[in-house]
Amino acid sequence: MNPTLQLFLIISAALFCIGLLAALSRRHAIFILIGIEMMLAAAGLNFIAFWRFAPQPAPPTGVMVTVFAIAIAAAEAAVGLALVITVYRHYRTTNVDQIDQLKG
Amino acid sequence: MNSVAFVVIAILTLAAALAAASLQKLIHAALCFAAAFVGVAAFYFLLGAEFVGLVQVFVYVGAVAVLIVFTILLTRRDAERERGFHWSGALIALAIFAGLLWAIVRTSGLSVAAPWIAPLTVRQIGEALMTDYVWPLQCLGLVLTAALIGALVLVMEEKG
Repeated sequence: MNPTLQLFLIISAALFCIGLLAALSRRHAIFILIGIEMMLAAAGLNFIAFWRFAPQPAPPTGVMVTVFAIAIAAAEAAVGLALVITVYRHYRTTNVDQIDQLKG
Repeated sequence: MNSVAFVVIAILTLAAALAAASLQKLIHAALCFAAAFVGVAAFYFLLGAEFVGLVQVFVYVGAVAVLIVFTILLTRRDAERERGFHWSGALIALAIFAGLLWAIVRTSGLSVAAPWIAPLTVRQIGEALMTDYVWPLQCLGLVLTAALIGALVLVMEEKG
């Protein structure tokens, strides 16, 4: 039996929720970034799976969207990690619960 | 597509992702993050998108993982390990997973087998990038340049 589209979607949903778990429950800024990257990868996996299981011949739209998403995720990671380093210089911590000066 | 390969890759990817989300030591979590992304790249290979899988390995395992490790080393004095864990986040993630699973299982027409597909060559991808996707490509170049400059400005030491 070959894997069906459903199985890929379930794996992708699981990966998304693990990323969500990391982003919501960990208190370290780097963990939150890792979680966001995982959610983006889950979305990319969905795009590729739908492209692969679409009626053929299909234009490579899903592949293109995933390549662009990977590039944007890399840019986001670079800026996010730079922000983590800057915040660490100011507050001497990377725990997001202690960085609460902007809290209303 | 090989179902044995699918099961092995799925177990490895999800285990590595769970470890990355739950390990106490940051550096171990970063290494598990890299392993999880190798697994995602293996899924891309399995689905016939070899180019995307290679890009995934180059960008994530090659660049982003190294960036994360460097950031961990630079902010090390703070917490070798951090303890705070919010269980409400785990509950929300579980609830969303249950909802997604329900939606996927309920949707009909998803249990199709993969059709035969002509292999997608790098030449085709390059031609698409230079014709249909040329404006997104240019915008992406601008975004990457701006992100690079922004990251440099952010981490530059302020001089009195």
